[in-house]
Amino acid sequence: MATLSGQSQSGSRFANWWLRTSTTRIAWLYLLPAFLVMGFITFYPLFYQVWMSTTDYGVANLRVDAPLPNRADQSEACNTNMQGKCTWGVLDNYRQIFSGELPVAISNFNFWGVLTFNLVWTLSNVPFHVIIGVLVAVLLNTKGLWFKRVYRAIFVLPIVIPSLVVAVVWRNMFDPDYGSINQLLTAVNQFFGGDAVTWRWLDQVNPPFSFIPLPLSFFALLIANLWLGWPFMTIVATGALQSIPTDLYEAAAIDGASGVQQFFAITVPLIRPAMIPAAVLGMITTFNLFNLIYMLSGGGPLRQTEILVTTAYRLVNENRLYGVAAAFSVIIFFVLLGLTLVTNYITRATERYDDN
Amino acid sequence: MAAETYLPTMPAVRKKKPKPELSYRKQWALQLLLLFITFISLFPILWIVSLSIDPSGIARPTELRLIPPGASLSAYQKVLDQPTNNPITFAELAFNSFRLAFGVAFFSVAIGVGAAYVFSRFNITGQQVLMLAILTVLMLPAIGSIAPLYVLLNKIKIGVGPADTLRNSLYGVGLAITSGALPFAIWNLKGYLDTIPRDLEEAARIDGATINQTFVRIILPLATPALAVTGFLGFLSGWTEFALSWQFLSKVEDFTLSMALWNMTGQYSGQVPWSNFAAMALLVALPVSVVYLVLQKYIVGGLTIGSVK
Repeated sequence: MATLSGQSQSGSRFANWWLRTSTTRIAWLYLLPAFLVMGFITFYPLFYQVWMSTTDYGVANLRVDAPLPNRADQSEACNTNMQGKCTWGVLDNYRQIFSGELPVAISNFNFWGVLTFNLVWTLSNVPFHVIIGVLVAVLLNTKGLWFKRVYRAIFVLPIVIPSLVVAVVWRNMFDPDYGSINQLLTAVNQFFGGDAVTWRWLDQVNPPFSFIPLPLSFFALLIANLWLGWPFMTIVATGALQSIPTDLYEAAAIDGASGVQQFFAITVPLIRPAMIPAAVLGMITTFNLFNLIYMLSGGGPLRQTEILVTTAYRLVNENRLYGVAAAFSVIIFFVLLGLTLVTNYITRATERYDDN
Repeated sequence: MAAETYLPTMPAVRKKKPKPELSYRKQWALQLLLLFITFISLFPILWIVSLSIDPSGIARPTELRLIPPGASLSAYQKVLDQPTNNPITFAELAFNSFRLAFGVAFFSVAIGVGAAYVFSRFNITGQQVLMLAILTVLMLPAIGSIAPLYVLLNKIKIGVGPADTLRNSLYGVGLAITSGALPFAIWNLKGYLDTIPRDLEEAARIDGATINQTFVRIILPLATPALAVTGFLGFLSGWTEFALSWQFLSKVEDFTLSMALWNMTGQYSGQVPWSNFAAMALLVALPVSVVYLVLQKYIVGGLTIGSVK
């Protein structure tokens, strides 16, 4: 090292700097491929999306040599497109999304309804996943229980099957005439002397419970996602449970604590650090659960079970309103940012509670 | 260790008949409950398996049967021959899906590991900003940038015909999937590299190894499990990718397994027998499910480690 610094002192200022920054240069070299690739296929499209969201980008602008879409400042184009009523503004896509008055009439399009449903969907799913997941993990952690390994091996199956396959299979299972859910319910019902069950799981508009304003397809989605979601929580909880020292329970039992008391006083606080990140991951996944909703209910009936990502996809795939879809995605970004900040805040708050 | 070696010489205290740790009544109650959960967990899988071996070839199943009479693999044969009405064989569909999945897995890991190494071990100017940018992108679902990706890839011509754009090709779809898989790969690998102790590298540096040598000889071998898991998750995202392919691809010879599977479902299925659909669903799921089952322990652990940080 001494000889190196001696050389650089005798050399020029540039050589000195060149030697000093060699580590940084190598670091950038390692970073460069990812930097370039992400710049082109991740960040550039995102910035382009923000620009697109201020235009009326449509099918006419798609071709390689097509003209650029209109913006507010191009009053001439604005006049021809809007028949003299020059109403196109930079934030028009956003205004149209919020008010539901899109350039192409889409029946039952309601941003606020979709946003509300998306939040209800997330908040109604994840607690079930966590509660069932933890309870099964505790059950499987019982000392002296037979066939633990067999059960653990079976319960992991819903995780390993691709969600795409799960979604299409459950769609056929909920078929009113040939699906296995109605056939199973019919078998159970006929065993007790009832009639055949012919629930129209996916297209019945009337809510099954008068006090819950959600269609039957919501419950179909809930059942399918319950099947899909709890095993992950069981795996995480099992890992956390196995790291709890057993003498804690023994001490509590000697002090006369019941099983329920032990669960809330020992198990819950000690597995919480593991469960909260898993629950946050589950929240984000469920919030953006495209495959299941698009394939199972298709957002129906009457777009009542549409979530934000499926709506954005339909704007591109069915309505071909690229500008509106871009604006919609920008809105999704801010909704997700808000959701992440809130969950982060809650996570931090609970961490602080743990430290005490 | 020393204390343990003396243990056998100590007088052993033994019960004659060890009492079961769980009373039989409790044991049976728990077993019943667990059998019920097992039934629910296995029900969709059993249903699809029994459908796939149904030989009757009728369009729709009319009753629940675990093993249909005269069970055969004829549905698999039909699916392997030509799953949908589109003139494309299962092998061609599978090859398209495989190319897509392998490309995403290879490039996301190969490009991602370098960035993960820098984020884990160096502290260069602007690193915080870059990491924050990647975290932000990570939060976005892949469908969140479908509009600009569609429009931009549509502007790049790769052939002579009017529809021969990058958008309308497996390469374009691969790029679009990689744009989502790469940030995840970087973050997941960084999370793992953070758990590798630095002592080995420091020892190597003292012995005169360069940064490149440390990376190739120490980091990469130690990170092999994480590379495999991240690569597999990239493969999975390519293998089961649906939304982008469905939107981008229009040439039948480019179609993938997931598109064909969706073509056999619901409103698009027409008169395709559900036994064919079931065989197709199992064939799509089986290869990735088996690998997932083997790697599951590492995957779940890695995912939660990543989200803690």
